[in-house]
Order: sequence, then structure tokens, then C-alpha cells
Amino acid sequence: MSPSASPSAAPTALWNRPHLLGLQGLSAAELTIILDRAAEFKRLHAAGQTKLDHLKGVTVGNLFFEPSTRTKTSFSLAAKRLSADTVDFTASGSSLSKGETFIDTARNIEAMGVTQMVVRHSTSGAPYHLTKHLKAGVINAGDGTHEHPTQGLLDIFTIREHRGQIAGLTVALVGDILHSRVARSNIWGLTTLGAKVIVCGPATLIPPEIERLGVEISHSLDAIVPRTDVINLLRIQAERQRSAFFPSIYEYAHFFGMNGNRVQRARKDVLILAPGPINRGVELTPDVADGDRSVILDQVTNGLFIRMACLSLLHEARPVSGQH
Amino acid sequence: MSSLLIRGGRVIDASRELDRVGDVIVRDGRIAEIGSNLGQADEVLDATNCIVCAGFIDTHVGVRDPGFEEDETTATATAAALAGGFTRIAALPDTLPVVDNAAAAEYVVLQAKRAGNCRVYPLGAVTRNHAGEELADLGQLARSGAVAFTDSTFPIASAEIMRRALEYARMFDRPIFVHPQDPTLTASGVMHEGYYSTALGLRGMPAAAEEIMVSRDIALAELTGGRIHLMSISTQGAVEQVRRAKQRGIKVTCDVTPHHLVLTDADMQKYDANYKVRPPLRTEEHVRALIDGLVDGTVDAISADHQPWASEKKDRELDQVPFGIVGLETLLPLCAKTLVEPGRLSWLQLISKLTTGPARILGWTEAGTLTTGVSADVTVIDPTASWTVDPAKFRSKSRNTPFGGWTMQGQVKAVVIGGEIRFRVTEV
Repeated sequence: MSPSASPSAAPTALWNRPHLLGLQGLSAAELTIILDRAAEFKRLHAAGQTKLDHLKGVTVGNLFFEPSTRTKTSFSLAAKRLSADTVDFTASGSSLSKGETFIDTARNIEAMGVTQMVVRHSTSGAPYHLTKHLKAGVINAGDGTHEHPTQGLLDIFTIREHRGQIAGLTVALVGDILHSRVARSNIWGLTTLGAKVIVCGPATLIPPEIERLGVEISHSLDAIVPRTDVINLLRIQAERQRSAFFPSIYEYAHFFGMNGNRVQRARKDVLILAPGPINRGVELTPDVADGDRSVILDQVTNGLFIRMACLSLLHEARPVSGQH
Repeated sequence: MSSLLIRGGRVIDASRELDRVGDVIVRDGRIAEIGSNLGQADEVLDATNCIVCAGFIDTHVGVRDPGFEEDETTATATAAALAGGFTRIAALPDTLPVVDNAAAAEYVVLQAKRAGNCRVYPLGAVTRNHAGEELADLGQLARSGAVAFTDSTFPIASAEIMRRALEYARMFDRPIFVHPQDPTLTASGVMHEGYYSTALGLRGMPAAAEEIMVSRDIALAELTGGRIHLMSISTQGAVEQVRRAKQRGIKVTCDVTPHHLVLTDADMQKYDANYKVRPPLRTEEHVRALIDGLVDGTVDAISADHQPWASEKKDRELDQVPFGIVGLETLLPLCAKTLVEPGRLSWLQLISKLTTGPARILGWTEAGTLTTGVSADVTVIDPTASWTVDPAKFRSKSRNTPFGGWTMQGQVKAVVIGGEIRFRVTEV
């Protein structure tokens, strides 16, 4: 089953899913196919091949029913780098405000010839719901508090790039686990690839029975910092404070914010990740965000290659791909 | 003098633990005699290989008329009830306008007469407009036919209001039906809080939300001496509390739905709105506790908790869709599958949960029974007939069920109300 043992051409043949809805249920081999494809795109890019033709003649729809800057831009650019045409849709100022359902919106966009649909929605399961109404392949670009698979993949890609492999590493996910789709995608992907995952945050932001996902639970960042290889700092939303999930932003930062002192106590080669957008001074202090252990901007760069990999693999898995 | 002979069936009358093969003869709309070879009548209904029992009673049905006729009307709800074996249903008051006054209650009665299917009894609101703030006109509602009071699926957040309602309703000997869920713990919830809510990223509603309200309402029933009925309980803790309260003589009753016995929170992995119900589908251990409660008598009745919704309301984002499924037409085979086939309840015990149990909740003595002289409300079921649920064929106007395509045993063959055959399956 080791993907490295397979002949070089074989792995792509293993990817046959029409949709990418989450990292739950993907095998280590499937995850590796995506990561390897992204690495290939990154090499080609470094070699000057900035425009590829994998999706020439294909139209990719970017359906963002929830605001996003970086993910939407990244998907849009990824599609263009593969020579696709793109149709962008954003909820604000759209027909949704006129009462159209999100399913009807998606079907209308699909009717314009879209065969790959990138979907962001504030409701968990919405992209899955769309697969029952569309013929297009669906890529989940973040659904509610469920999954954000391409973010999980780009985090894993960035870690692998720095460490060579995922198996055997200890990765801490810190912050609001309860409301984080990034946390769930990281957990599924990292544990499948053999990492040990610790979720760390206030007890109010750790969802029930999460240990059944194969993770360790901690409420003390100080206790786990010395034994982690990677610390991924999830975004804290200030409005959670009003719902009594924690007493104050100040108190949150005191216990769960990454600062210079904590970096000092960490392993010398620790990697600091943050899916962003970051609140400087809350999840991490500016010196950490901009310090030499931070790989936050690498994540953004790698996100592009991960999304190119997902778009191209899904397109190739379509039964009619290459027919027109 | 018209007469009807229901011939050769297995006659089960839970009101007197009767279970024997024989004939039932109905004269002038009333049960005249049960026995062997009772001879001839004006009309004969052959019940060979079928169970003949009192008509089923559902104590809380979403009829949605007036105001939400896109979901259901009195005519379609009562047609669905008949097809499910029900001769009497109590209609939830969460209509538009809410049934919180005499005129609204009388409308429910009038619509039922026009439909001419099964008997319909209004449930009156506890609080005006279901707002939980001031009492509705309970006395006038009772006089206009309301058989109990409820704020439907809206929890009565104020313990003070609930106390006064229990005290005031005592004067009319009517129970208060409650949907026991703490509103602050269930706000924006979509499913049971546990492993699957965590994995699926869906907002959870903890079992404690139900147990807290059950505890409060039992304490208030004890304080006031009023009658409380807990609709659709779903947790182990709720069953345990009702069991203890009954042992102490507190006037509390409860029911469960078939879907809470058949499905679990794991079914939410399909992200299908037809599994979004309130209370939410729970885990296996809660399901076992509900069934144990039915077996030992803690749970008095089974209700379909019929909640019809037009497809445009259900085919939406999961956090936007309303709770509930249609259930009148699938209740019997689901109960047979879950309770009778595994040997947890006998047919007589199951029928008691659908007849004498709900009758007792409402304080009815002449319903849910085949005693000589009572109005002949009779249901004939074929316990072994296998059929496949096809929502397109529902009499209900709505199709929101997770059971489409299920093949199950147990089919309603005929329903008699007041001696008249109102529903009959014609064999192909």
C-alpha cells in the first residue's frame, strides 16, 4: 500500500472520486496522490511553467455562499493556472437575497457549462447536499463547522515539505476546535497519514467525544509546547466571547496565544502554522507570526498548488473527461 | 338498524387484555358483541388472518390547518390518519392563527366534520400565540372542544407560567402537553450532541436539555397536582425520571415516536433533512432505554409526532430546514419491526400503546376499547403483509420521510368509525 512503492504513473489511476467533500474517509494513498500532484505543480512552477493546460476548455464555478478572500482567490487563480475558465459567484448582492435557494443558484451556474464546482457555505453538509442536485464535480471549499479539505491538505503539504513526512510527527491544533472545519480536516488527514494529533483549547471549545477521532485532548498549551513538532493556531472569533465560550480575548491569549516565551520553550525546529486570517496578539504575537519558525506564508503559496492538484485530479476522474 | 360483521379476525382489546379469534358485530355504530360465529349482518368485513382492534389514537398531530395548507390540510391529515389506522387524532395548535381561543378551536372541529375522515380533537394553546408569556383562554378552549393544552414544539421557558397553567388547567381536568427541551441548550441545534455532531460539524442538542425540562415539569406537576404529559421523550434520563415519578404517584405520562426507536444520530451522516427531528435522533443506548420504558409501562403511548412540511421547506440547508417528519402512515410497520418482531412487545402490548395508553393520557374512558356499547372505532391490520413505503403514494400532502423505500411488515387493511367503514385497502 505504500504509495512510494508504486510505479510513478500508477498513483493517479487510484484517484477516482468525482467530488472532494472532506478528508474523512480518504486513504493515505489518496491523500498522497494529491500531495504528490501538488508537489509536481510546485516544481513545474519553479521551473517557469506558470501556465498549464490540464483544464483547457473546462469551466470552473466558484460558488461562495459565505464571504472569503483568500480561499476564493486561491481557487480562482488555481483554475486559471490550469487554463480553465472561471465563473465566480458570491452571495452578497446575488439572487439569494431575492429568495432563490442555494440549490437553484448552483443549478443555474452549472447550466452555464460548469463541470467543476467549488463551494463554500456556512452550513455543514451543504456541498454534499449539492452533489445530489448537480452533475458537476463538487469541491468543498469550507462548509460550516464540518470540513475544509483543501486547507487541511495545504497544512499537511506545508508540514511534509519541511519535515519530509507526516508519520511520527506530533501536531497540536490550538484554539476553537468546536467551530473549526480546519481542525476536522487536519485531524482526519493527519491521523490517516500517521501523525499524533493533540487538540488544545478551552474546555468550552473542545467538542464532545472528539477523542473518538483519535486525538489527545489538552487544555494547557504550556504543557504540550515542548513535545510538539507542529503547532497550528486556529482562528478565534471575538463573537464567541459573547456566547460565554471564554471570559475575554485577553484571558484567551494568556493561556492559548503563541508568544515568544512559548516558542523559546518549544523544539528548535517547531513549525508554526495558522490558517488565517490571523488576529495578531490573540492567537499569536507579531514576533511569532513573522518569526523564523512561522510558515504562514508558505501555507498560502502551497494552497494554490493543492487546489490545482484537486481541480486536475477531479477533472481527470470524470467519466467524460477529455471527450469534448 | 344497520349492522356490520367483522369476521374471523384475531380480536385484540387491550382494555381488557382480550386476545382471541372471533367475530365482532357492530349495531347502530356501537360494538354489540364479540364472539364466535355471530351470524349475518348488513355488511361483512372479512378479517381472516388479520388483527381486529380498537382504532388507534394519536395525541399530537401536526395538522397545520389553518395557515400552512401548503404542508397539510385537515382533509389530507385525516386521510393519512385513516390510512395509518387512526380513528382519533388530537391536532396541534401551532397553526396560523394559533388555536388559543374558542373560535379557532371550533374551526378545527368544523374542518374535521367537512373532511369526514377520522375524528379530530383540538389541542388548545397554553399561552397566547405560543409566546410563553400569558395564558391562553384555557376555559373557553376546553368548552370549545380542546382535550388538552400545549404550546406544541415551543418549550414554555418560564417555570412560573408552567406552574400557573398546571394549576388553572386542573379546573377543567385537562392535561398540559409539553415538548421538554431547554431552549437555551438547544438554540440553533440540528442534532443530538455527541460523537456524530462533532464529526459532522453540526450544532448539537445535549440529552441534558431534555432531562432538565422533564425534571422541572415533574416537580411542577407534583407541586400543583396538575397532569403533565411529556411528548416525544427521547433520552434515558427522561425515562428514568418518569419511572420514578410514577412510582411516587405524580400525574405524569409520556410518549415516544417510532422514529426515535428505529433511527439513531448516526443516520445524520447522510446530511438529509428528513432525519432532522426534534427531539433529535439519539444514540443506541437512549433507544434501548425508550424500548425498556415501553416494555415496563413507563412509556404510556406511541405517537407518530406527524410533522408535515412542504418539499420547498425541507430541501434546503440543514440548519434552515424545520424539524420533523410525516409519520401517520408508517407508524404501524415501524412499531412492528422494532417492538413486535424482536419480541419486546406482544401485539396486545403494542396495541395498548396505540389505544388504551393515549386514551388514558386524555382521560377518555370510552375510546381505545372494544367494550360492548362504545362507539365502534375499529382498525383491522394484517400483521404479516409486507409492503414498501412509497412517499409518492402518501395521503398526507407532505413527503418528508426518511423511510421511503423501506420494506416492512404490518399493513392497515380497514378502518371503521362509528360503525362505518371509512378506509379499506382494495386488493389488486
